[in-house]
Amino acid sequence: MNLLRLAFRLLLRDSRAGELRVLSLAVMLSVAGLAAVHGFGERMQAALSLESNRLLGADLVLVSDHVIDTSVAAAAQAQGLVTAQTMQFPSMISTADNNQLADIKAVGVGYPLRGQLRIAASLSTVDKPAIGIPLAGTVWLAPRLANALNVRVGDGVTVGYRQLRVAALLIDEPDRGGDFFNLAPRLLMNQVDIAATGLVTAGSRVTYRLLVAGASPILAAYQTVLAKNLVRGQRLMAAGDARPELRDVLDKAERYLGLSVLLAVMLAAVAILLAARHFLHRHLDTCALLRCFGASQASIVKLYMWQLALLGVFAAVAGALLGYAGQAILAEILGKLANLTLPPVSVLPFLQATLAGWVLLAGFSLPTLLMLRHTPAMHILRKDAIALDKLGVFAYVTGLFALVALLFWQVQDVTLTGVVLLGLAAVLLVTVTLSALLVLAAGWLGARSAGSWRYGLLNLRRRAGGSVIQISAFTLGLLALLLLTIVRGDLLDNWHATIPAQAPNRFVINIQADQVAPLREFLRQHHIEQAQLYPMIRGRLTAINGREVSSANYADQQTQRLLDREFNLSYAIMLPADTRVIAGRSWQAGDNIEQFSVEQGIADKLHLQLGDSLQFDIAGTPITAKISSLRKVNWDSFKVNFFVIANPPLLQTIPASYITSFYLPPTASSLLNEMVRTYPNLTVIDVSAIMQTIQDMLNRVTTAVQFVFAFSLVAGLLVLYAALAATRDERAVETALWRVLGAKKQQLWQVQLTEFMTIGMLAGILAATGASVIAWGLSTFVFKLVYHIDWWLWISAISVGGVGVSVAGILGLWRISHVPPLVTLRGEY
Amino acid sequence: MIFRVVDLAKQVKVNDAVLTILHPSSFDIVRGASVAIVGASGSGKSTLLGLLAGLDTPSQGTVWLAGQSLTALNEDGRARLRGELIGFVFQSFQLLPNLTALENVMLPLELNGVKQAKQQAQEWLTRVGLAHRQHHRAQQLSGGEQQRVAIARAFVVQPAVLLADEPTGNLDAETGARVIDLLFELNREQGTTLVLVTHDSQLAGRCSQRLNLDAGHLA
Repeated sequence: MNLLRLAFRLLLRDSRAGELRVLSLAVMLSVAGLAAVHGFGERMQAALSLESNRLLGADLVLVSDHVIDTSVAAAAQAQGLVTAQTMQFPSMISTADNNQLADIKAVGVGYPLRGQLRIAASLSTVDKPAIGIPLAGTVWLAPRLANALNVRVGDGVTVGYRQLRVAALLIDEPDRGGDFFNLAPRLLMNQVDIAATGLVTAGSRVTYRLLVAGASPILAAYQTVLAKNLVRGQRLMAAGDARPELRDVLDKAERYLGLSVLLAVMLAAVAILLAARHFLHRHLDTCALLRCFGASQASIVKLYMWQLALLGVFAAVAGALLGYAGQAILAEILGKLANLTLPPVSVLPFLQATLAGWVLLAGFSLPTLLMLRHTPAMHILRKDAIALDKLGVFAYVTGLFALVALLFWQVQDVTLTGVVLLGLAAVLLVTVTLSALLVLAAGWLGARSAGSWRYGLLNLRRRAGGSVIQISAFTLGLLALLLLTIVRGDLLDNWHATIPAQAPNRFVINIQADQVAPLREFLRQHHIEQAQLYPMIRGRLTAINGREVSSANYADQQTQRLLDREFNLSYAIMLPADTRVIAGRSWQAGDNIEQFSVEQGIADKLHLQLGDSLQFDIAGTPITAKISSLRKVNWDSFKVNFFVIANPPLLQTIPASYITSFYLPPTASSLLNEMVRTYPNLTVIDVSAIMQTIQDMLNRVTTAVQFVFAFSLVAGLLVLYAALAATRDERAVETALWRVLGAKKQQLWQVQLTEFMTIGMLAGILAATGASVIAWGLSTFVFKLVYHIDWWLWISAISVGGVGVSVAGILGLWRISHVPPLVTLRGEY
Repeated sequence: MIFRVVDLAKQVKVNDAVLTILHPSSFDIVRGASVAIVGASGSGKSTLLGLLAGLDTPSQGTVWLAGQSLTALNEDGRARLRGELIGFVFQSFQLLPNLTALENVMLPLELNGVKQAKQQAQEWLTRVGLAHRQHHRAQQLSGGEQQRVAIARAFVVQPAVLLADEPTGNLDAETGARVIDLLFELNREQGTTLVLVTHDSQLAGRCSQRLNLDAGHLA
């Protein structure tokens, strides 16, 4: 018997009749979603690890805030590893007419060990790989710096005490590091000139780097030894540590993509389950007929297995193609953001996604379809001879196990998957229980009401099992959509709040006390009203509660670095207006008790509490006061802020320089030249380029998030469609019978509307509640955001549920309502 | 002897009460006979037909089909025997709606692994006068045409027995008469044993043997 051919023919015919639409779309969608997200993830990972060595300029980098002992490099060289050294610090560079803050990098022979420098003679000429490093007496300038100083190749610039000649424009350097946070443009010079500039003296804030490269086993051994012998102020960077700022945003984006895919897969599973159930009921007659023709149970199983397998192959191939397009779109949106060349995607994500799609299909439809073999042949003569649903429980449990295993395997984020699955399990349990009770209540209400409503409510009761399944399916579908909308909204708000419109884009430091009043007047005259000038005093934290502080007492490297440096302290009559005091209280003007307000993050790191006393050493003078408040500071706002602020009585007698930040519209940049001419000692830091880059990055991540959201949206709609299709046949026959009995169309719609509206609204309530609970869990444990309950969610979910289900349900029955009742009753619609 | 029925009875449990649908009955049907099972609605006609076909299992008694005891076989064994010996015609035609007339007729042949399925199915569609409609789907055919397709499908496997459940129940008198003529004509040509359930006394009158059922009792 050629079962394969028969299976193929039945499949073809069924698909033409639209019977397999939901089943194949669900498989296709889950394969496409998984393939797109994993395909893109794989390319991004590969690109990042390929590039991370290049981004470090080496295989391993030792970063130090003091000179690195020569023995460290010698030990590496002795093992056959190559090394190079760099020093990096900010300094003002000047010409006869201009000056500009630059980020100076002085490099030694051999730099860079990985990747290459690219230089050009002018911006209009094509750049080329550099041979070696700048010769002694010459520098290479970033184009931005050359423009700001108005110099060309061949001109001279003053670096400290030394005049150096510009030999080239520096177009690209491999270890530029966090592109976004390089405040000042680069000046690359030869290390041998450093001494002559006089810029590096004891106590200068210089970052020293030792770059190391070589064969991996030797390098790994060397890295282990080096890691053990790190001294304070030193840290190691290996491949993978590059571009942390990018990783953070990408991590969050990837987690959201993971969540979207997880929900899309889950919804697809529900759609498959519903579609398989529907398929089962529509094929009972066929099975009974095949039994009459002598087909054995085994051949019926084989026939449907073949059908499923064929469907799985077609749907997976279509899904994989769609997924390929999806990952290409994601790569287009997000790949450019990272400025990385993405390698081509491998076949692995597609194979994995296909396998996952098959597991889903098999897990959720095979058990249901296997029940078909139990179709009693007598069904062909007597329609009542059927009792298949008892086996359903087994089928659903098997499917559920397959789904859970699949999600953990595919999403590979235990917290995310755990929170979502636990939440869903709880929601499902509550939904089934509550909807069963509500269905009973509707029946009770129906029995006591009159008119067409009565039949609508009674229908709910009569189809109790089906009603509960439908409410649960709608709840899950709506819940997933609400959840994605909430989390997406929170994420986007969070990202966009990072940079408010008109956030300060210029920082001015080094303002002297006698310049404060005239500068304030200068800014006011040029309509820059919001600029606040803050005093800035440098001091070293020496004691907490009278006990001497040592960085050795803290395990965290960042805390150690903080304590080894000087703090920037400030004082103010009142704390800045947007300060959020989270413990204690802010002081008032005229409060004479000397006190500090400390930023919460640093307080946590140093284990500080309200009432603790802090002692700072400011130019040899000890200053002591207690902490009266802890503040939360939004560092991303780009406004001037301080870890520690005092009230005026404590610090106002100490000499201070001042700092300010303000928003300068792009059209007003000439103002800065005038300001620097008037006050040549000021240093202006331009952060507009960084902000533009961050904004661009967030926009791209937002687009990617919206794109993947679309997958889940379609999956959600598919579930709603499948849930409706499940009872369409039964409703069609009922509608026809009502019409035979003389019901008016209005009455018919009233009955159906009552039922749909009740189901939709119940699902809305349950979905809004479930989504809120899960969103809280995700915000708290996965995305680390603050979650706010939004009561509008319930109102919109109930409206969307009620109206959406009604409209979709009525549309589904619309065609049938125009078919003569007899045609419907004959099953020919 | 194609059927030997000994002491056959069927009971079902409904809400803890035992309902007897068919009281113990015994009869024989000879090869080539045409048998009408008649009786009022609910008298147990379809149950008896189901038991004869091995679609259902009796509560007691035995059905021997071509010397084989149906009760001694399991469901798959009975299905195999049905595939080999029995053709069916149903009141509601039971064509697969998504398949064409030709594919519907080919179905039992393909299930039995017959190589010339298409050719044989076409021949049978020609014999029932539907060669021109072979590529139409079941849904596109009239009731009479659907029943003729069902008859072609029943005869295409050249069964020893043709079981028909109210074959004219869904058809108007004229179409019904034409379908019955066709059924008897093919029955005669093929030497098939015809067992049909009917309300139609005229139709019952054309059969060589009558089994009257009255509330589960064989009169």
